[in-house]
Amino acid sequence: MKSSLKASLISCCAIVSFAIAQVSIAQVPYERILNAADEPENWLTYNGGYSAQRHSSLDQINADNVNDLKLQWTLQNQVFGAWQSNPIIVDGIMYVTERPNSVMAVDAVTGRVFWKYRHTPAENALVCCGANNRGVAVLGDMVYMGTLDARLVALDRVNGQPLWDVEVGDVNLAYSVTMAPLAVKDKIIVGVGGGEFGIRGYVAAYDALTGEQAWKTYTIPGPGEPNHDSWEGDDWEHGGAPVWITGSFDPDLNLTYWGVGNPGPDWNAGQRPGDNLYSDSAIALDADTGELKWYFQFTPNDAYDYDSVQVPVLADMVWRGTPKKVMMWANRNGYFYVLDRVSGEFLEGKPYVTVNWSSGLDENGRPIPTPQPEGMPTYPGNQGGTNWYPPSYSPRTGLFYFSAWKDYATIYRAEESEYIPGRAFLGGGFSVLAPAPGAPTVGIGRTNPINNWTSEVGHASLKAMDPQTGEAVWSYDQFDVSDSGMLTTGSDLLFTGGREGYFHAIDAANGDLLWNVNLGGQIVMAPVTFMVDGVQYVSVISGHALSTFALPNQ
Amino acid sequence: MKPFIAKSGRGKILALPIFFAALFASSQLLAQETGDHQYTTEAIQAGSRVYTQQCALCHGPQGAAVDGVDLRRGQFRTATSDDDLRTVISQGAAEGRMPAFNLAATEMDGVIAYIRAGFDPDGVAVRIGDPARGQTLFEGKGECADCHRVNGVGPRTAPDLSDIGAIRTPASLQRNLLDPATALLPINRPVRLVTRNEETIVGRRLNEDTYTVQVIDSNERLRSLRKSDLVTYEISDAPSKQPTTLSSEEVADVIGYLLTLRGL
Repeated sequence: MKSSLKASLISCCAIVSFAIAQVSIAQVPYERILNAADEPENWLTYNGGYSAQRHSSLDQINADNVNDLKLQWTLQNQVFGAWQSNPIIVDGIMYVTERPNSVMAVDAVTGRVFWKYRHTPAENALVCCGANNRGVAVLGDMVYMGTLDARLVALDRVNGQPLWDVEVGDVNLAYSVTMAPLAVKDKIIVGVGGGEFGIRGYVAAYDALTGEQAWKTYTIPGPGEPNHDSWEGDDWEHGGAPVWITGSFDPDLNLTYWGVGNPGPDWNAGQRPGDNLYSDSAIALDADTGELKWYFQFTPNDAYDYDSVQVPVLADMVWRGTPKKVMMWANRNGYFYVLDRVSGEFLEGKPYVTVNWSSGLDENGRPIPTPQPEGMPTYPGNQGGTNWYPPSYSPRTGLFYFSAWKDYATIYRAEESEYIPGRAFLGGGFSVLAPAPGAPTVGIGRTNPINNWTSEVGHASLKAMDPQTGEAVWSYDQFDVSDSGMLTTGSDLLFTGGREGYFHAIDAANGDLLWNVNLGGQIVMAPVTFMVDGVQYVSVISGHALSTFALPNQ
Repeated sequence: MKPFIAKSGRGKILALPIFFAALFASSQLLAQETGDHQYTTEAIQAGSRVYTQQCALCHGPQGAAVDGVDLRRGQFRTATSDDDLRTVISQGAAEGRMPAFNLAATEMDGVIAYIRAGFDPDGVAVRIGDPARGQTLFEGKGECADCHRVNGVGPRTAPDLSDIGAIRTPASLQRNLLDPATALLPINRPVRLVTRNEETIVGRRLNEDTYTVQVIDSNERLRSLRKSDLVTYEISDAPSKQPTTLSSEEVADVIGYLLTLRGL
C-alpha cells in the first residue's frame, strides 16, 4: 500500500502540472518552522519552535491589561479523559487532537470546526496511562498524527483526508505513539511508547510526502553496538526505553534531541543489571541519518520509573562567563541539569525537590545511589519531581519554568517479572506515602472535583530556575499537584495551570500572581498563544474544554 | 499574592512520625474468619498481585483513581455482575481508556475476587461482634452519635457514617476507634479559621484548593472561604475524638454495627 500510494502521488504530480505548483507554495515549508520565532502569530510545532522554549514574543497581553482578558470561545471535547493535546496554529487555523486519535481543524477566532478526522485504533492497542494523544505536526500541506496503535497518519491540511498511513510499531507488542511528531526538513520523526510493556524503544523518521521510513534508531543498543554491554543476557530485547515526548532540534548542529523513558521492568532494577543504556537518558541523533552523536544518562539502572521524557529545552547563553549552547533539563529524578548540547557534557546538576534515592551527583553528573530500605519512602515519588509537562525558558528573564511536585514520595516494592509479549512488565508496584492508612493519595490524573487527598501527600510548586546557579529564583506553590506546562511571552507573562483548574497569569520575573480564572477542569498541557488580525489569543485546555482568551476591543 | 498563608498547623501534620502505605498496611495480618464473600483467600491474594501489576497504575492502589469508578467499593461505570467485569477487563471499555487485558483464567478470577473482597488481600483478624448491641453502644455509652449522623439522624459536624461499612475495612474501623490520631483521614482533620472580620470558624474541611477552602462549620453551615480573607488557618493534628474507652468486646460490637451500614 505504501509503495502504490507513493507511485500515485508521483504520477499525480507528473501529470497535473498545477499540482507541482501547489507543492511549491506549500503552506508550511520547513523554513517557516525553522524561523518560527519570526512569526509569533503562529504556533507551528509542538514546543513552539525547534529550541522548545515555549516562549512567544507576542506582548499585546501584558501585566497592565491581563485582568481584562475575556473568554472568546470554548470547544468541548467529545470524549472523556485527560485532554493532553497541544494545539498547532497556522494562519488562523488551529489543529488539535482529541482522544483517542481524532484531529480537528478549528477556526482559531470563533472555535468553529472545519473538519474532523477520526482514526480508530486497533482494538488491542495498549497504553499504560491513558489513551492520550498530545497533538499533531504540520509540514507542507499535511498534518501528521501518531496513533495509539503505533501508526503514523498524514492528512490533507485542507480537508482532513488521510494521504498515507504507515506502521511505526507492532501493536501486538504494545507499541504506541502518543507524542506529537516532530517535522524536520523533509522528514516526520516520532518515538514509541510502551515502556510498561517490555518494548525495545526507538526513534524513527519518515519521508513527509510518502511515509517511507528514512531511519530508525533504537534506544537500546543491539549486539555489537556500543553500550550493548550495559545490559545482561536478553534483557535488552524487552528493556523498554520508550520515547513518548516530542524532542527538539538544533539546525546548526543538525542534531535532534530526545528524552528516553524508563527501563523495564520498571521497579525491579535487580532483574536487569547494568546501566541499561540509553534508558533515562538525553540522546542526540543526527537529523538526516538518526546516528547517535552523544548521550547523557540521568538515572543508571533506574528502579523508580524516572523516565527522562522531559522536553530538551535549548538556549544559547553566556553560561558562567563562557558562551555556551546549553540544554536545560528538570528531570523526573528530582535534579535540574544544564548540559552542553554540542558534546553532551555535564555542566551543572542540583536537586530542586527532596531527593533521597541519591546523595548527589559526581563530577560527571552520575548520581551517587542511596536506595532506601524496603518499606521506606523514596523522594521524589513515582510520578517524579516533574514529568513530561512542557517547561518554558524565557530569554528575557533568563529563567527556566516548570511544574514540580513537592513533598511527594512513594514506597516501592520490587518483584521478579516474566516478560510476556504484549503484557505489562512492571517488576513490582508502588504506593504513595500517606499520612494515615488508606488516606486518598495523588494519582496519575484528577478524577473528581473534591480534593480529599490534601496537600500532605504532595503538591505543586512551580519553579523558576536560574540555569547559571541551578537554584530556583522563586517558587509558586499550589495545594494540589500540577501536570501543567508553561508558556512565557514577550511581556514577561507566565501562563500555566494545574489540576485544580485555575488558569494563571504570573509575573515571569518575580512570581506574583497577576490574574487567574477557575476553568473547572484539570489543566494537563501547556497553554499556547497566537495572533489573528492583530489580536493576541491565549488558549488552554482545562478538563474537557479548550478555552481561548483575548483582550476586548483590540 | 503567594498561596499558603498563615497555615500554622501544616508543619505539624508533615512531622507525624508514623506513615502508612495503603498497599502494605494489612499484609502482616491474619485471614478474616467471618468470610462474607464466595472467594477463596488464595484467589484474592493471587488477584492482589495481578491487580498491582496490571491495574493499579491507572486505577490506583485504592481502586478509585479513575473518574466514576471505585473498584474497592464496587462502583463501576457499566458492569454489575462478575461476567460484566470479565467482559470489560478482557475486551476493554470507554473507547480505549480502559484497554483490553489478556489475562489467564485464574488471573481473571483472582482479580475479580480481589475487587469483590474490597481490596483486602489477607483479610484481618478483627473481632466482629453483635450489631444490635453495637448500635446501642453507638447511640449511648460509646457517644458516637453525639457527633456522627446515620441514615438522616444525628449531627453533621463529623462525617456521616451511613455507608461506612461499605467504604472501610474492619481493620480501619478498629483503628479509628482505638487510635484515631493515626487513622483520621487528613481531609477530616479539625480546622480553625479566623477571618479579617474577626469571625472564628471551627469545622471540618470538605474541599480545598490553592486559593479557597470549603468547610462545614460547627453550626452545620457550608462555608467557602478565600484564603486571602483569612488571618488564621489552622489544621489540627489532633482528632476531635479521643481513643474509645469501650472494652474490646464492646468495640467488636460497634464494628459489627458499623459494618451493617452500607448506604442506600
